[in-house]
Amino acid sequence: MIAEIGHFALILAFAVSIYQTVVPMVGASRDWQGWMTSANPAALAQFLLCGLSFAALTVAFVTSDFSLKLVYENSHTAKPMIYKISGVWGNHEGSMLLWVLILALFGAAAAVFGDNLPPRLRARVLSVQAAIGAAFYAFIIFTSNPFLRLGNPPFDGRDLNPLLQDPGLAFHPPFLYLGYVGLSMAFSFAVAALIEGRVDAAWARWVRPWTLAAWMFLTVGIALGSWWAYYELGWGGFWFWDPVENASFMPWLLAAALLHSAIVVEKREALKSWTILLAIMAFGFSLIGTFIVRSGVITSVHSFASDPERGLFILAILLAFVGGALTLYAARASEMTAKGVFAPVSREGALVLNNVLLAVSAFVVFIGTMWPLFAEMMWDRKLSVGAPFFNKAFTPFMIALALVLPIGSLVPWKRAKFLRALRPLRAALIFTVATMLLVFAVSTGRSAIAVIGAGLGAWLVAGAVAELWHRTGSSGLSRLFRLPRADWGKAVAHAGLGVTFIGVGLLTAWQSEDIRVAHIGDSFEVSGYTITLQSVDEVRGPNYYSTMAAMKISRDGREIAVLNPEKRVYPVQAMPTTEAAIDGGFLRDVYVVIGDAQPDGGWAVRTYIKPFANWIWLGSILMALGGLISLSDRRYRVAAGARQKKIATVPAQ
Amino acid sequence: MRQLIATFALLLILPISALAVQPDEVLDDPTLEARARTISQKLRCPVCQGENIDESNASISRDLRLYVRERLVAGDDNEQVVDAVVDRFGEFVLFEPRARGGNLVLWLAGPVMAILALLVAWRFIRARSRATQNTAHLSKDEQARLDEIMRED
Repeated sequence: MIAEIGHFALILAFAVSIYQTVVPMVGASRDWQGWMTSANPAALAQFLLCGLSFAALTVAFVTSDFSLKLVYENSHTAKPMIYKISGVWGNHEGSMLLWVLILALFGAAAAVFGDNLPPRLRARVLSVQAAIGAAFYAFIIFTSNPFLRLGNPPFDGRDLNPLLQDPGLAFHPPFLYLGYVGLSMAFSFAVAALIEGRVDAAWARWVRPWTLAAWMFLTVGIALGSWWAYYELGWGGFWFWDPVENASFMPWLLAAALLHSAIVVEKREALKSWTILLAIMAFGFSLIGTFIVRSGVITSVHSFASDPERGLFILAILLAFVGGALTLYAARASEMTAKGVFAPVSREGALVLNNVLLAVSAFVVFIGTMWPLFAEMMWDRKLSVGAPFFNKAFTPFMIALALVLPIGSLVPWKRAKFLRALRPLRAALIFTVATMLLVFAVSTGRSAIAVIGAGLGAWLVAGAVAELWHRTGSSGLSRLFRLPRADWGKAVAHAGLGVTFIGVGLLTAWQSEDIRVAHIGDSFEVSGYTITLQSVDEVRGPNYYSTMAAMKISRDGREIAVLNPEKRVYPVQAMPTTEAAIDGGFLRDVYVVIGDAQPDGGWAVRTYIKPFANWIWLGSILMALGGLISLSDRRYRVAAGARQKKIATVPAQ
Repeated sequence: MRQLIATFALLLILPISALAVQPDEVLDDPTLEARARTISQKLRCPVCQGENIDESNASISRDLRLYVRERLVAGDDNEQVVDAVVDRFGEFVLFEPRARGGNLVLWLAGPVMAILALLVAWRFIRARSRATQNTAHLSKDEQARLDEIMRED
């Protein structure tokens, strides 16, 4: 019964979204107030209905209602509660429902917090947002209905893929979707602005917080996914350049570009049409990501069970929205004339360079991801594009970006002298060179990656500090804490990027590993740490069997930790997983994995010492935190109020 | 029934499936082993989805890892080893497509796009900075009015 209510609510939400697409849009073009404002209750109703539907599905998972096909296929009574809940979105149908729920959430947020938006723009934004929603409701209802019943409910379910039964991955999809779908707001604003035919500073000020929020969520989502891969896949890789990872990385790069180009629109009324294009492309790449994950055109470790019909449907949605928006763009872009003027060496110039680097690097990821598909279609060649390609083709752009970032974020607007802009960075430069020398001295004979990665990272962090210092001027600490939050957010995010650079560089260059057969009681040395295999026991978990080892880690005779790496088998899916055990630290992780029993009674044991591993995720958290600090800047709230006063004087077109 | 078969098939694989590089595979010579690892990371496991043979658990990956080490011990250089594997399994196993033929497009796409983007950006910036000069000129009346405003201060 509850499932039927959910099903019915979903169909109602679909109907409401169609209303919300058509009526406000017509109202906006005819200037009918009532039609325009009806978008607000519609957006709220749509969100409530979709929420009800999602809640119904959650109830079905929590109560293990195996008469629902979806629950039967993805759940099990013995599964811990948290994974029963995360199982709702651990499958194709449920994750699509989460996707539209978030889409409706953003629409409702624009309806509730959008009081300061010009009414016409708000009606159009909500209409475009609802159109995207309508397309995805249709997709769910016609190709991926989560509420299908089974005639003869089975006694128990088939369980969730054990790899997904993990806290890191339980919250990875919601964050990722908040990011992907958040970019739909930027898209809706862009399309609404194209229909209106005007883009101004106020528009950019409206788009930026949404994009910032979406980018922040994407950052957290990607970091969670990468962290999960690090500890779950059993050998401590953190980024694989897998098509599905790339699918989330491209929107992240474009969202980062969009954030920066919107600043130029906001402050200087230039780069307008480029910003609109970026907003369209950023969401377009979110849709491409969805297409890649769900259509099966590109196989990947974590793509959902694929289905050509679904693939075609998403491709049609993608073509309709991105194609439609781009056509509109082609027709209207020429009206977006730039106003601000600036010299090549200026903040504007630096932000243009930032956009070139980010957009081209996203393009490189795109072409590398799609190349196997392309080669197969064109020449019937089956080939692969993987990590070694991306490491070579993508990294140079990131190096260039890191080199210019601290300078670019300091140069004044409009016109600047290059050498003068460098002056506040003298101390940062000295710090960077010192760091590079130190790293070089510590790592003689090893790869240059350590020196480059640590150098660039130090340059970014020191550059961010130097910028805060420079903005403070000579008035000391009290001024430092009274700097606008946007300045702090910017510095924290840029420093976070630096921290990630350091982590990636030093981990890649300095990690050491040891693979051996150990008998119980054996001790061995790995890079100064003494590892002792104390015991190996069979343990029973709630829905798995585990082979759990106890390994003592000590250094210079002092015990640091006892780690319990596991090897699990989930009997329902007959699937083995490895659970690495990690002693995390600020400067290094000790990462141990227990392998198979050997014929001579020993165990295969793997030990990795991973220096600075945590810095990769620490940097990601800092980046997201920087976004959050910026988002709390009072300018967004004050500006919204100021805008409202201005509206009265803007004549209706 | 299907599930039963799947379970059975998995159980068959389970005993041989093992975690990536096994202790018995590791070569005694650390330089050779390091080379083997470098090569393994560039070769894709032919039956898995996007894993290289160094991290893959499939038995064919183990065979490939052993084969790579065999060739290295026999004195092949890295190129020869990779060529030998590609001869058997086709270019599908190469994670880094060779920069020749049609694949040149893949390798050049990034740099060419970067150059194009920089050219377009440069033209845009030039246009923006020229606009400075155009708007810099005020008419006489405007200049007089501006002076007046400035004096008021």
